[in-house]
Amino acid sequence: MKANCWISPNKVDVTDVPDPTILNSRDAIVKVTSTAICGSDLHLLDGYVPTMQKGDVMGHESMGEVVEVGSGVDGDKLRVGDRVVVPFPIGCGACSACRNGLWSCCENTNPNAGVAEKMFGHPVAGIYGYSHLTGGFAGGQAEYARVVLADVNALKIESDLTDEQVLFLSDILPTGYMGADMCNITDGDVVAVWGAGPVGQFAMDSARVLGAAKVIAIDDIAYRLEMAAGQSYETINYSDTDVRSTLLELTGGRGPDKCIDAVGLEATHGAAHVQLYDRAKQAIRAETDRPHALRQAIMSCRSGGIVSVIGVYGGFIDKFPAGSWMNRSLTLKTGQCHVQRYMRPLLERIEQGELDPTRVITHRLPLAQAPHGYDIFKHKQDHCEKVVLKP
Amino acid sequence: MTTDGLHGERPTASLRHDPLTRGLGWASAALGAPQIIRPGAVARVLGVDDAPRHRLASAVVGAREMVAAAGLLGRPRPVWLWARVGGDAMDLTLLGRALKHHDGRGQRRTEFATVATALITLTDLYAALTRTRRSTPMELTSTTTVSGSPNEVYEFWSRLEQLPTFMAHLEEVRVTGAGRSHWRAAAPFGRDVEWDAETIQDIPGQRLAWRSADGADIPNAGEVRFVPAPGGRGTEVHVRLAYDLPGGALGKAVAKYFGEEPTQQLDDDLRRFKQVFEVGEVIRSDGAPKGKQAREEFPQHPARPLSADERKEAAA
Repeated sequence: MKANCWISPNKVDVTDVPDPTILNSRDAIVKVTSTAICGSDLHLLDGYVPTMQKGDVMGHESMGEVVEVGSGVDGDKLRVGDRVVVPFPIGCGACSACRNGLWSCCENTNPNAGVAEKMFGHPVAGIYGYSHLTGGFAGGQAEYARVVLADVNALKIESDLTDEQVLFLSDILPTGYMGADMCNITDGDVVAVWGAGPVGQFAMDSARVLGAAKVIAIDDIAYRLEMAAGQSYETINYSDTDVRSTLLELTGGRGPDKCIDAVGLEATHGAAHVQLYDRAKQAIRAETDRPHALRQAIMSCRSGGIVSVIGVYGGFIDKFPAGSWMNRSLTLKTGQCHVQRYMRPLLERIEQGELDPTRVITHRLPLAQAPHGYDIFKHKQDHCEKVVLKP
Repeated sequence: MTTDGLHGERPTASLRHDPLTRGLGWASAALGAPQIIRPGAVARVLGVDDAPRHRLASAVVGAREMVAAAGLLGRPRPVWLWARVGGDAMDLTLLGRALKHHDGRGQRRTEFATVATALITLTDLYAALTRTRRSTPMELTSTTTVSGSPNEVYEFWSRLEQLPTFMAHLEEVRVTGAGRSHWRAAAPFGRDVEWDAETIQDIPGQRLAWRSADGADIPNAGEVRFVPAPGGRGTEVHVRLAYDLPGGALGKAVAKYFGEEPTQQLDDDLRRFKQVFEVGEVIRSDGAPKGKQAREEFPQHPARPLSADERKEAAA
């Protein structure tokens, strides 16, 4: 089959690879009908996530039709012919983490738990197409994909919603939603969101759905801010505006009650010298991640507020504003999304028309053009916000 | 821990009554004494001239020999045999220098001494190698918490025949009688080891302990304790293993280099045990088709579906 593979930093290529097969009895094989390129795929492309290998199949946002199930799959839950969305973290549903809703911290699904444990202190769940640190599972930017422990993970779509309406339940919609959910939004809360990429847009939508009085988008890409403005969110372009003072102005001097970092480790900074400082430290591996958005979110948040981090971090950061965080009683919440916790309630919200995930799609490409999709997404060309690939 | 007697049962050759060790001890004394008392005469026998520095070297070598003799005859331990091997290397070096700078007078005697020393070196090396106990006692511990009551986890573990499904190095466990079983395991570098084990304690829901019977390739003992985690959060499984690692410290270092480190193996086994208990089987990925294996976590097979041949290899 054809699959989009990681070749080396800054290079992916669609090549022929063997078809996936059942490796565990509760596996299913899915004929992929739609798959997407995620912002976190760019971290892999750019070489910021260690333990990628030449030939790794990319992709953790996929859906399709079940064409084969293993002998151990519960027939009441999943059968050949079912249409399913595949959550990016692989849960087992049986360990203490999964049973407490912490699916992305599953204790059983990462065969490379040892590497993860060395980097993070404790292991994390397996993730499709997301380095060997998270298990070495082939991704879904391919014609076919293996779904592990399919009966507890795959989300069956039984309504006639289109692929594009439900595809993002695999990752970015629940991820954005979890960013807002961790904010414990109450009446009158002002929520600021760093990053107006697809996850940031969904965090804004979710904040509004959860009752935020005002939502503010912060980015430096004009077309992304326009997309947010189109949903009547306030916008701040940090390349020509001072973020902190503008946030104070927009909140009567209080600062946003809740701040969401939907940027992560490859942030850019409005001030060239600060950007250069972190870029240089990153290049010499004195820090692995550039945490501008996180620093600014902490400094901007009102005292006693919540800073919710859904942007991806991989290693270590420098100049963490611990003093601001500690002295002003801030709460820092974070996590890779526990997709399985959110996907069913979010499917209902889509069915009821409360959320429209299709609004972020700007490009639909055949799988063969995946490298081009990565290119325009990375370089913010052609007003690219979200690329959906059709195998 | 009930590994008492594991090491005591092993026959340890007493060097005190070992003819070769004692012989080498007396040889040290016989060679050392004249070198101290008559260094000049010894120098002449060796075919080197009676210069002050040769006398000094002879006296130093003599003193060394006397120390080795005292060690081997008084408190015999393999380290004294290794000390002799080290001394031999020193002597060969000195004789080599003597040959290189020889003025020709008595050269045959020097050559004869060199050959004799080389033969002694071989004897010493043989004695040192064969008299050194080439295994290292190891004690390993590891622990994990699984979702289930202590009774359920105990029941699962007591079905010995299924241990190989999560203990990667076990090839077969066969119950051979009440409290007795036969075990076969893959050892580092493609070898197989087998042993009979006897259960020495079996408290349902709490503890299992066993010990290898006489004649085991690698004498071993172990225990598993099943402890309820606080607040009903499952069962803590605490494993302790004790065994003699063949090959001594060198063997351990080499095994570790090749990722056969015993602690890693036990850690892998317990993670797979948790998977089999909680999920029903060992989780496999394209990168890790055999499941959790510390020595093959990175780099590994790319995260790309395996070909038919690769699957066959992984299943083997």
